[in-house]
Amino acid sequence: MFWFFAAPPATRQLSFPYNKEMHRDHRLRLKTFFMILIMVACANAGDLFLKRGMTRIGNVPLTASGLQHAFLATVTSPTIWLAILFLIGFTTSYMLLMSWADYSYVMPAGAFGYALVTLLAVTVLHESVSPRRWIGVALICAGVLTVGLTKPRTTDVINDQKVAA
Amino acid sequence: MIRSIAMFSAFIFCSTAGEIIITHAMKITGEPTRFRPREIFEFLGRALRNPWFWTGVPLLAASFYTLLLLLSWEPISLVIPASALNPYVFGTLAAKYFLGEKISPGRWAGVALVCAGVALVAIG
Repeated sequence: MFWFFAAPPATRQLSFPYNKEMHRDHRLRLKTFFMILIMVACANAGDLFLKRGMTRIGNVPLTASGLQHAFLATVTSPTIWLAILFLIGFTTSYMLLMSWADYSYVMPAGAFGYALVTLLAVTVLHESVSPRRWIGVALICAGVLTVGLTKPRTTDVINDQKVAA
Repeated sequence: MIRSIAMFSAFIFCSTAGEIIITHAMKITGEPTRFRPREIFEFLGRALRNPWFWTGVPLLAASFYTLLLLLSWEPISLVIPASALNPYVFGTLAAKYFLGEKISPGRWAGVALVCAGVALVAIG
């Protein structure tokens, strides 16, 4: 999979001579690939810890005292704070990605998180996964690889001075 | 039924508009030159001072609450796949028309595969 992001066939053919433009494209792909990995890992870890923390707190009754108790339990839970930290990591990596890559590139490429969750569910939690879901994971992987072959950025840099002029 | 369709339209509008506006805000903010903590903090500071960013955030918050409402009205097996597909279907179109992203046939094909896959995974 890494190969697809790092060097698509179209640019590989042009790799002699290795010019500046190529180097920039290669760097953009690598940077985007790693940032998507961080984003997906942080989102999944955040959700996982949030779920674990809230399960420990248990059912929250919708009464004033119930909510007060749940609030105190939430803000004093290390697991919840760990989850928040991961979700801050997710938001930051999402914002960084959006500053240089296309929305229509990052969104489908980030969908491999679904595949990751399914694999983790099978290997770590020993859950059984339906054949329909496996087909879904295969389609997502194929889709992510196809999107990975396209250029991560197709828009120009927005320059404030250019807008003003 | 009509109530759910109206709420679902509101959800699609808020989440798509919110994400596209935040993407626009980030493009204006510009990427950091290096990945050092200080430069990332400066980047976040620049982003938080951008009015577009604060236009997108309430829209995303609204989309979250409309989704919660939908989940309380309709079966989860309908709401989750439909909402999971939203960024790929409407998001890609909005990115094309509002952000000017050039969507090559290859990218469309990838988006279509991801859509089909996400639908199957979300149904479970």
